[in-house]
Amino acid sequence: MELIKRLVTFILIITLLGSLSACGSKTYSKKNNEKKGSKEIYRTLDEIKEDGTVNIGVFSDKNPFGYVDENGDYQGYDVYFAERLAKDMGVKINYVSTEAANRIEYLKTGKVDIILANFTVTDERKEEVDFALPYMNVSLGVASRSDNIIKSLDSLGKDDTVIVISGTTAENYMINNYPDVKLQKFDSYATAKEAFENGTGVAWANDNTEVIAFSLQNKGYTAGIPNLGSNDTIAPAVTKGNETLLEWINKDIKKLREEKFFHKAYDKTLAGTYGNEYKKSIVAESREKE
Amino acid sequence: MPDLGLEVLFKGSNMLRLLQGLWAAVEISLVSIVTSFPLGIILGIIMTKENILIKFLTKVYLEFIRIMPQLVLLFIVFFGSTKILGINLPGETSAIIVFVLWGVAEMGDLTRSAILSVPVHQYESSKALGLSKTQSYFYIILPQTLRRLVPLSINLVTRMVKTTSLVLMIGVVEVLKTGQQIIEANRMTSPNAAFGVFLVIFILYFLVCWPASIAARQLEKKWS
Repeated sequence: MELIKRLVTFILIITLLGSLSACGSKTYSKKNNEKKGSKEIYRTLDEIKEDGTVNIGVFSDKNPFGYVDENGDYQGYDVYFAERLAKDMGVKINYVSTEAANRIEYLKTGKVDIILANFTVTDERKEEVDFALPYMNVSLGVASRSDNIIKSLDSLGKDDTVIVISGTTAENYMINNYPDVKLQKFDSYATAKEAFENGTGVAWANDNTEVIAFSLQNKGYTAGIPNLGSNDTIAPAVTKGNETLLEWINKDIKKLREEKFFHKAYDKTLAGTYGNEYKKSIVAESREKE
Repeated sequence: MPDLGLEVLFKGSNMLRLLQGLWAAVEISLVSIVTSFPLGIILGIIMTKENILIKFLTKVYLEFIRIMPQLVLLFIVFFGSTKILGINLPGETSAIIVFVLWGVAEMGDLTRSAILSVPVHQYESSKALGLSKTQSYFYIILPQTLRRLVPLSINLVTRMVKTTSLVLMIGVVEVLKTGQQIIEANRMTSPNAAFGVFLVIFILYFLVCWPASIAARQLEKKWS
């Protein structure tokens, strides 16, 4: 008896929630249609200029790309670019601290105008947001001991192990392209680093920025392969359909490339971490010309 | 003494920023607690009524809030309000709305169980003394209920304070986010800063929650 009562309640609740959400979606689609007629969810270039403030989503804890310094000011490569964009647009910036997981939602709801949070361009994301021209390159890299530099993954011995962090693009890449290479997987950056330093593997595959920074900071290690696999780009993103803003950003990026702005941005923000050696591979404008 | 990287806290205005972050967290919890506790008590009283419709509606509300992870609720209110209603709520307001909804639901259920735990003879004795229904509620039942509620609600208060760490996902820079920012900004110069900064954050959370439990203990002593 008790069980039947519970079952009935459960079914009732489910139907109620179902009808509630049905109502919700109806009003949603109606609202959406209305919006298409009158006003979109995003702000056009003119609306931003009129308002005088542009909302830009950046990371606040990804040194050296987007972070907050000890005086509470936003700094980094992304931020340096954001400052310039706002200057060219003639507006002030309102920085919004975003996380990797909520960047797309921020654009889809128009809560920010531009995302400059080290946003890698992928096909899945292109369906949700509009990307402008890239301003940075990323790929994978492999670090190895300086006395046994691995310049190519094909030269690995039979018993050589490569360290990767689970769930990263590096792990995927290794499984798909080098299925015969022995992998040792770790859950976090810290454990992978410790294992590598203790001699668990002959090489460590990760994002090339991480690999380069690691080998520069730790003596006795070299980024034997600084560029591996597919080259991805990082670009500003705007809400899907916000053409006026997208066109303006693209025009501005072309202008900035001509004046070598991104090289200057690299010198100011990234050179301290990555040195000058990798400027060519990281800054987007150089590869674009090759 | 191991290197905890505590020096990063004395750089620039870092300590002040951490305290400002703490205030952001405390502000959200204080406003939510002050709003949701009286409303929750009222809801709890309503929940004890023997009306099927009321019972059903309050049950749906309570279960919905309880089953949904707080993070999902935050996303629904913060992004959903813009998407569906076209209202652009700031992160802090969205957080307070979610925390009030949550606090009212939990507090209502606590009040309901506290009222039901008052023994039947209390009702019967007050009736025998000639008190009306309202009188017995205000003079006999509710005072006993409130006493039972104190330890239960302190638990809810500390849970709320700790859950404010989730609001960083909707762009509110509170104490935990500020801590992460400080750690990351100094990851080249003080790689061990994570230990020190999280230790300080732990102490700050403790300092916020501890007075609440002291106050609760004092109240319990006074009433027993």
